[in-house]
Order: sequence, then structure tokens, then C-alpha cells
Amino acid sequence: MSAIWIAVLGASLTAFLNKYLGHSVPEKWLNRPSFMKINALVPIVLLSALVGVQTFANKKELVIDQRFAGVLVALVALKFKAPFPVVVISAAITSAAIYNWF
Amino acid sequence: MKNQVDRTALSVAFTVGLYGAAFGAAGVTAGFSILQTCLLSILLFSGASQFAVVGIMGAGGAAVTAIATATLLGFRNALYGLQMAPILKVKGLKRILAAQITIDESTAVATLQENDADRRRGFYITGIGVYVFWNLFTFLGALGASAIGDPSVWGLDAAVPAAFCGLIWPRLKNKTHFVVSAVAIAWALLLTPVTAAGVPIITTVLLAVIFGLKK
Repeated sequence: MSAIWIAVLGASLTAFLNKYLGHSVPEKWLNRPSFMKINALVPIVLLSALVGVQTFANKKELVIDQRFAGVLVALVALKFKAPFPVVVISAAITSAAIYNWF
Repeated sequence: MKNQVDRTALSVAFTVGLYGAAFGAAGVTAGFSILQTCLLSILLFSGASQFAVVGIMGAGGAAVTAIATATLLGFRNALYGLQMAPILKVKGLKRILAAQITIDESTAVATLQENDADRRRGFYITGIGVYVFWNLFTFLGALGASAIGDPSVWGLDAAVPAAFCGLIWPRLKNKTHFVVSAVAIAWALLLTPVTAAGVPIITTVLLAVIFGLKK
């Protein structure tokens, strides 16, 4: 089985266990204040790190290219409360324009 | 439309479902087949975790790193389950189905309602609605991206991190959150040249622990 298949099936299994766990255990097991604070930060750090890597990494090298311009435009769109498709499409158009014309 | 709950639930379901197209494109761009991309939406069904799996595998990370990152991201669904269980009161097969659609959106729409009957209705209509639209648009996005040769030509290389920005933005509720986000980006970039792919991402969990315990 390829690594991608292992990732697809493994992550699907643990995702379901996470969901089912919440429906099945007593509340006091999970509901602790310090734990909740950490948990609120977990998606922020993981997703921020992914943004950083996907914007600047080319394998193990850090580069500034058309992707950075696209992400900057997305951030501006978010700042102005643009709907999600506008955010993604404006980033794609910016990045594609720079990639194709420069 | 019969009532306000249904209206809210369906409009959320459709809007969020559109994200599915971005995910479908991201999956194929990262080297997943259309089938593998669609299976993530069918089986895993939690946006941030799905994006993390294709992001890490696409960067050449190990399967175990992708699974661990997705699992940590999915833990919030366990907390949603805790919140929903006393309202839904379901067992057996119904609990399995309810668990699968326990995500950000179904829980959010449910908590906006004023009584348990509406909470249940909001939860199920949103959850099932997102499931249907998310899977439909995942397939369309994957199909579209597979028709494209070089993802950079169409800007897909920037569309993926832009989609992540859209997922993070609503979570940044105060100054600390912005600081934590910036530190996580810096950390990941510093580690990128010196560690295996995926490691720069999953190790940011340490930052969440440090900042979470600090105040």
C-alpha cells in the first residue's frame, strides 16, 4: 500500500474516532480549562505553519515567488471580509498572472 | 423554505460545500488520485484535517506525520461531540451517523438555536447538507484540477495556502492569536530546510502547549 493510501485511510480512521469519542465519554474527561485553551490554539498553529510552508517552501528550500503575491492578495480580501470563493480565486489569478507573464 | 433553521442550515451547507472544490483541486495538485481525494471527503470529512493530509503528503511528508497532524486538528470535533451528545441522545447506528457529521458547521448552527428540537434539526440539516455539497464539489474540484497540467499556470499553487488563510482567519479572535500564528509560521519556516517534511508543521503543537499554559 502506498504512503498516500496509508495517510488517507489512517487519518480517516482517527478522524472518526475523534468524532465518536466526544459522543461517548463523560464530559468531565475532556472538559478541563488549560486543556481547552491549548486546544483552541492547536488549529491556529498547525494551519499557520501549513500556510507558511505552502507559500514559501520549495522542497527544503525557502523561496519568494508568485505564491506569496497570491497569499498577500488573499489576506487583503479577508481583511475586507470577502466571501471564500473571492479569496481563493483572487489569490489564484494573482499567482497565475505573475507566473505566466514574468 | 419551511423555517429559519432550515434556511440557515442550507445556506451554510452550500457556502461551505463550495470550499470542497478548493480541497478537490488541492488533493489532485498534491499528487492524490481523484479517488483518494474523494475518499478523504467521504470518510475523513473534516476540512482542516483533509487539507493538512494533502498538504503534508504533497510536500513529501511521512504518512504518520500526516495522520498525527490531521488527528490533532480533528480533536475539536470530539469537543463538539461532547456538546451535542446530550442534545441528540442517539445510540447505535444513529450515533455513528451523527458522529460522522459532527463538524464545525453543524455544531455552530445547532448552538445558535433556542430549543433542543431546533438544535437537532439545525445539526442534522447542516451536517447532512455540508456532507452532500462538500463531496459533490470535492469531486468537481478534483476533476477540474486533473484536467490541468502545471498547477502554477492556473494559480492553484497559491489557491491552496489562500484556502488555509480562509480557515484560520475566523479563528484569530485577539492579539495573542495573531502572535501565536506569526510565531508558528516563523517556526515552520526555520525548520523547513533542516527537518523532514511535515515535521515543521506538527511540532508547532508545542507552541500551542506553551502559549496555552502561559496565561
